[in-house]
Amino acid sequence: MNKVLNLSSSPHVRDSITTSEIMRDVCIALLPTTIYGCIQFGVHALFVVIFSTLFAVLAEYCYEKAMKLPITIGDYSAAVTGLLIGLNCPPSIPIWIPCLGSVFAIIVVKQLYGGLGHNFMNPALAARCFLLLSFASKMTTWTVPGVDTMGGATPLAYLKASPDHTANLLALVFGRVPGTIGEVSKICILIGAIYLIIRDVISPKIPFIYIATVAIFVAIFGGRGFDLYYICSEIFGGGLMFGAFFMATDYVTSPITPKGQVIYAIILGVITGLFRLFGGSAEGVSYAIILTNIIVPTINKKTIPVAFGKEGAKK
Amino acid sequence: MNKYVERLYNGIIKENPTLIIMLGMCPTLATTTSVINAIGMGLSTTAVLMFSNMLISALRHVIPERMRLPGEIVVVASLVTIVQLLIQAYAPSVYAALGIYIPLIVVNCIILGRAEAYAMDHAPVESFFDGLGMGLGFTMALMILGSVREILGAGSLFGIQFIPEDYHIAVLVSPPGAFLVLAVLTAIQNKLKLPSATNGDADTSEFVNGNGIFAPETMDKNELLAGKKEA
Repeated sequence: MNKVLNLSSSPHVRDSITTSEIMRDVCIALLPTTIYGCIQFGVHALFVVIFSTLFAVLAEYCYEKAMKLPITIGDYSAAVTGLLIGLNCPPSIPIWIPCLGSVFAIIVVKQLYGGLGHNFMNPALAARCFLLLSFASKMTTWTVPGVDTMGGATPLAYLKASPDHTANLLALVFGRVPGTIGEVSKICILIGAIYLIIRDVISPKIPFIYIATVAIFVAIFGGRGFDLYYICSEIFGGGLMFGAFFMATDYVTSPITPKGQVIYAIILGVITGLFRLFGGSAEGVSYAIILTNIIVPTINKKTIPVAFGKEGAKK
Repeated sequence: MNKYVERLYNGIIKENPTLIIMLGMCPTLATTTSVINAIGMGLSTTAVLMFSNMLISALRHVIPERMRLPGEIVVVASLVTIVQLLIQAYAPSVYAALGIYIPLIVVNCIILGRAEAYAMDHAPVESFFDGLGMGLGFTMALMILGSVREILGAGSLFGIQFIPEDYHIAVLVSPPGAFLVLAVLTAIQNKLKLPSATNGDADTSEFVNGNGIFAPETMDKNELLAGKKEA
């Protein structure tokens, strides 16, 4: 760029930020909730997270080596995928399951479609759904925090099962509940999210509209009227926060146009609400996000902004 | 190469109906949850394919040009009914497992495709071997797909369990797994550049490269385009 005149295709506005810096920020933002999960659920949870990350990076390295492609493990994207898979697993899971998930995410969902930027679906979530469908019982065996050998239902499952049940909101917010390693502590997730928003890595638009849509949907169709306590339990319960801030905002699989992002977030919220209230299982964030990922190209195509100078032109 | 052997080679390798021509995807994806089901589906389709090709070829001068599709379907449907009753009588477990997919052989595009593309222009014996080759190609592809899905998804082969239940990747025996395994098999086929109609020797196969329509192999491309314009 040392010439006076530079000929290039649009976009012309450039930023010095790189993929690896963004991904490093995401890693940092995920740290609080990872640490909390590992402290709460013990050393096994730590191994789950470490090994899933390790296998994701290894899978990327081996595939690129075998296919004689440039090695891209330095951009941290594989590490983020692996970390997300580990955080999306229940703490008592056998270690090999998240490792298999990481390999599936990197090779099948990401690399077979052409690597970072070409995958049509969030690799970590696709892997989570792959594992959920394959090892249903192991993926839904929850450990009650503080008690070593007891299993229990998640707060969301309780909410769904009995209409009079009220969740302990304080425990939900702080994370003293059963759940996947990364999703339990809402405080830590919010700390990470605020860091990402301040660093301008994610825009708050998608997560906030997403969560608001779920809240409105639950208020209308939840069958409990406008019960603030219930609505809050739905918002803070399960993987909604985690999914909204860390997975729905994935650059590759979310719309690029501002209007498209709003539409995307609303669709996410409605589908999540449908799955949670009318579906077979208590949780629906993962399926909602990967389903909506599939229609992102259509959303992008339909919401291309009018070019400067063409505002008045009719089609 | 002997022309009958050539037909078999064409059906099994060069124009494999599943992995290369991509026909009959519905039974391919739906019935390959285990090897036994895959073989059952493959062989019943092969039986129908052989005799429908032979009969349609024998009747090709009798069936009026404009009524050929109903004519073909009547032949195929009669054969499928025979096969269905035979399976129901002698292999009730296969019948129960395949269910609706046996009557659906009538609308399998491989059968109608071969009748249109081959049997209508060739002698009965050649058509019979074409049907046999295509059927075996279909059966083999289904068997590979079925064994991969059964071994990884259910930990067994031919119903004999050898991987403990904890290690089954259950998604592979469900519908998404069928798509995953089929895509990977097709990718391997392409990567290895096996001799096929889509890997290089293009001009020998009008069926795959004939402008997207079922083209009889005796016609050349110009004739075909001319015919298209008239229509």
